[in-house]
Amino acid sequence: MKQLTPAGRARYFRRQLIDRLMGGLCVLAAGIGLVLLALILWMLFSKGMGGLSLDVFTKTMSQPGSGGGLANAIIGSLLQVGIGAMLGAPIGMMVGVYLSEVGKESRFAQVVRFVNDILLSAPSVLIGMFVYQIAVLPFGGFSGFAGSIALAIIAMPIVARTTEDILRLVPQAYRDGAVALGSRENEVVRKVVLPAAFGGILTGILLAVARIAGETAPLLFTSLGSDTMSLDMTQPMASIPMAIVRYSNTNYADWIALAWTGAMLITVGVLVLNILSRLSFAAVSKQGG
Amino acid sequence: MATPTAETSAAPTPRAAPIQAPRVNVSAAPAVATPTRISIEHVNAFYGQKQALFDVNLQIPDNAVTAFIGASGCGKSTLLRCLNRMNDTISGARVEGQIRLDGVDINSPAVDPVQVRTRIGMVFQKPSPFPMSIYDNVAFGARTHKLAATKTDLDAIVEKSLRGAALWDEVKDRLNKSGLGLSGGQQQRLVIARTLAVSPAVILMDEPCSALDPIATAHIESLIDELRKHTCIVIVTHSMAQAARVSQRTAFFHMGQLIESGLTDQIFTAPKLEQTQDYITGRFG
Repeated sequence: MKQLTPAGRARYFRRQLIDRLMGGLCVLAAGIGLVLLALILWMLFSKGMGGLSLDVFTKTMSQPGSGGGLANAIIGSLLQVGIGAMLGAPIGMMVGVYLSEVGKESRFAQVVRFVNDILLSAPSVLIGMFVYQIAVLPFGGFSGFAGSIALAIIAMPIVARTTEDILRLVPQAYRDGAVALGSRENEVVRKVVLPAAFGGILTGILLAVARIAGETAPLLFTSLGSDTMSLDMTQPMASIPMAIVRYSNTNYADWIALAWTGAMLITVGVLVLNILSRLSFAAVSKQGG
Repeated sequence: MATPTAETSAAPTPRAAPIQAPRVNVSAAPAVATPTRISIEHVNAFYGQKQALFDVNLQIPDNAVTAFIGASGCGKSTLLRCLNRMNDTISGARVEGQIRLDGVDINSPAVDPVQVRTRIGMVFQKPSPFPMSIYDNVAFGARTHKLAATKTDLDAIVEKSLRGAALWDEVKDRLNKSGLGLSGGQQQRLVIARTLAVSPAVILMDEPCSALDPIATAHIESLIDELRKHTCIVIVTHSMAQAARVSQRTAFFHMGQLIESGLTDQIFTAPKLEQTQDYITGRFG
């Protein structure tokens, strides 16, 4: 190795020190995040496992001390989140495709992108109040559908954003190659770009589902919550987040335990969705389309 | 093929007028007298305010390889992209003048750019198979243009195209595997096969070997020599040696202008202009 001058040696050690310091700070920041996550999970599991039994999945919510479960809330959440995702995801995907493949940097596309970003960061309680005005008041009452619409409005901008981001990652060479073979714009998007981005778009949709599965505020003004089992989307409908709110604001030990169990179920559900989305993404990227 | 802009042509034989160099006329008779496939007349190209090509005139003959050479940013790739209207996909790009394929102005409003691109295929710098199987890559264009009525027809097109690209023997047992699993040189031949599947009259190649190692490059070059027997090929290259090896005609560009064009042998051994001489001997660019 070349002999360093004293000034050179000082510079060398300073650079090495700063490098190590920065690396250390990164590890520290990651560590704080992981510890917080672990604490949350530990708390959820330690308090939630106690209330977990078959009854949680088979019995509906009932009076304190009478051994109720969360069956109606689980079904209600599945229905509202499922329909919300089915409404919001396709629209979000189309917005994303428009922004990435058609509008690009045009003035209108920039406005759409800006509005989408605002919607993305809008407080969810505001979206609940908005849907209360357009889908609860005019139809004479709270309903599962209104809840789904609110969740769809939350999911839509997330899917739009992730779809656009993922489509932008698709190499321009794929588009050029398809255009050079005489494909029309819609064929380029349908046959090359979307299949290439399929895994990423699916991940975006699953993340949006995970996000709306835990939403409470928009459901407060729309589907309200209910104690009985109901599959009727035109009536008020239970959901796990609403059940947690209702049960945790009490002094009944069994209700509080069920609230923890509900929180654990949502978290596990979201975790499973995230893992699934990663696995699907990995599987899709591995086979290359 | 009639070429109306004959004022600068001094080609001695009536059939052999494939060269339209604005400043230098080719005096030697072309070795192969093949008809003009693409005729480029007074072409100016712009990206927004910036002019990328200035009054380019060039005849590109059939059944021959024409090389575009010149330093980066000289406009050679721009001209190549004008030939199949790929510049349409870039916002702010604009082309003036006439580019005629077999006598038809490809920029005429009556002409569908999609039709132009099925007649004029293109191979890009970076080998980029679609993220799908080898079979689907080759079948892509044939499916898009409904060239095959049955699965048997499609199989035949795929095999013929892969054989045409000298790739068949290497991939025939794994047609259903992803095209991304091939080596760089194989990927580029796959892209060429994909292009051959729609039977283009012209194949444009934009530095097709610049991402490849010397062995893969040799493969592609011998393939190009094979393909020119029944197609017109235009290749943009940064490698003087490659231009000398694969092309019959060479056009030298500098700062958006076509400086000199003619038979490759003549351009490389006895260029008319000092500027061309300087470039091919590596004194600039």
